[in-house]
Amino acid sequence: MGIEDGIVEHLPRLRRYARALLRDPVAADDLVQSCVERALGKQRLFKPGTNMRAWLFTIMHNVHINMARKQMQTANTMPLDQAAELPATPPSQEDALRVRDLARALEQLPDEQRQVVLLVGLEGLSYKETADVLVAPVGTVMSRLARGREKLRALLEGNGAPHLRRVK
Amino acid sequence: MTGGKNKIGDLQLHAYVDGELDAEARAEVEVWLSRHPEDKDRIQAYQSQAVALHNLYDPILEEPLPDSLKTLAAKPSSGPPASWMRIAAAIMLLATGGAGGWLARDAVDPGAANAVTLIDPAVGAHAVYVTEVLHPVEVKADQEAHLVAWLSKRLGKAVKAPDMARAGFALVGGRLLPDEGRPAAQFMYENREGRRVTLYVRSDDGPDTAFKYAAEDGISAFYWIDGSLAYALIGNTSRESLLELARISYEAL
Repeated sequence: MGIEDGIVEHLPRLRRYARALLRDPVAADDLVQSCVERALGKQRLFKPGTNMRAWLFTIMHNVHINMARKQMQTANTMPLDQAAELPATPPSQEDALRVRDLARALEQLPDEQRQVVLLVGLEGLSYKETADVLVAPVGTVMSRLARGREKLRALLEGNGAPHLRRVK
Repeated sequence: MTGGKNKIGDLQLHAYVDGELDAEARAEVEVWLSRHPEDKDRIQAYQSQAVALHNLYDPILEEPLPDSLKTLAAKPSSGPPASWMRIAAAIMLLATGGAGGWLARDAVDPGAANAVTLIDPAVGAHAVYVTEVLHPVEVKADQEAHLVAWLSKRLGKAVKAPDMARAGFALVGGRLLPDEGRPAAQFMYENREGRRVTLYVRSDDGPDTAFKYAAEDGISAFYWIDGSLAYALIGNTSRESLLELARISYEAL
């Protein structure tokens, strides 16, 4: 039963992506769990020899869409400040501030831009793989990426950073 | 345009950062960057974003997996089983093998397929709904009285949602299901780790039976008939832990 081993191997990365996407560690692990359950249930649909990581991210993306829809319906909002739950233990206060800023800046991006920024910039997926995961044309992926990164840069480099700090 | 042969667009800059360009295009961008420091700065900003993302989130890769994920991954098929029909076949074998009890009697009886026809939809419904994120149940546990009254009415018999709290499982809710054109009910329970079990109930005029057990691919099922209702308790769990829940259910029902 090779597929379980494959899934296990990808679990850490699925968790990393989920956490970066949602920030809330509990919600992130719920997302991973639902994704794995669904992957196990659909394992016959996985074609051996194809890219399992992209397949798993695709499933996770679909589960996330459903969760997001549900959240919208129940009008739940994610707690804005969960700095205490951030995974990194940065060495200096200045770094800590920057790290928190990055996480918060990410949160300011629309979902579709954050997904692309994370899939490409953190998970190292190619544009083509990212397009497959999101079921979007490569051109769309590229323009979302460009907008997302530019917005992050603006947020981190000052335009908007003071506004961000005021949140806390 | 200014500076280079060709204007390098935004998207090309990103493609450069992400290693999506071939050697020629890369060289072109590098020439452009040498003449456009503002774009070079942007590229460096994008590159440091990626580094910062890794600094921020890579520690998660080293975290031990939460138990819920570990057990899920260690248990090959907590999803719908690949071949549930094999269980059904095994049950029939058991039946014809004269294992005693209602199966043996059913095996020579035309109404025989009862065990199979009970297990099959019960496990199917289990597999479909325990993984459901959006709507695992139709009526939630906070309306338990309504749920039980409604399902009892539809099944034409008084059904109950047994209290499994002492085994750490709380009622999530329930739903009405079609079972070959007849109504059936499913109650779903969940423990603190998010493990779910379902209790499938439908009316059955067969004589009362003792517990029967079947398992495959990590899914266990206990089933029995009691007071003109057939029950199947299904869980992605071991025989022992499910047996405790089955006992609790049996006592409560």
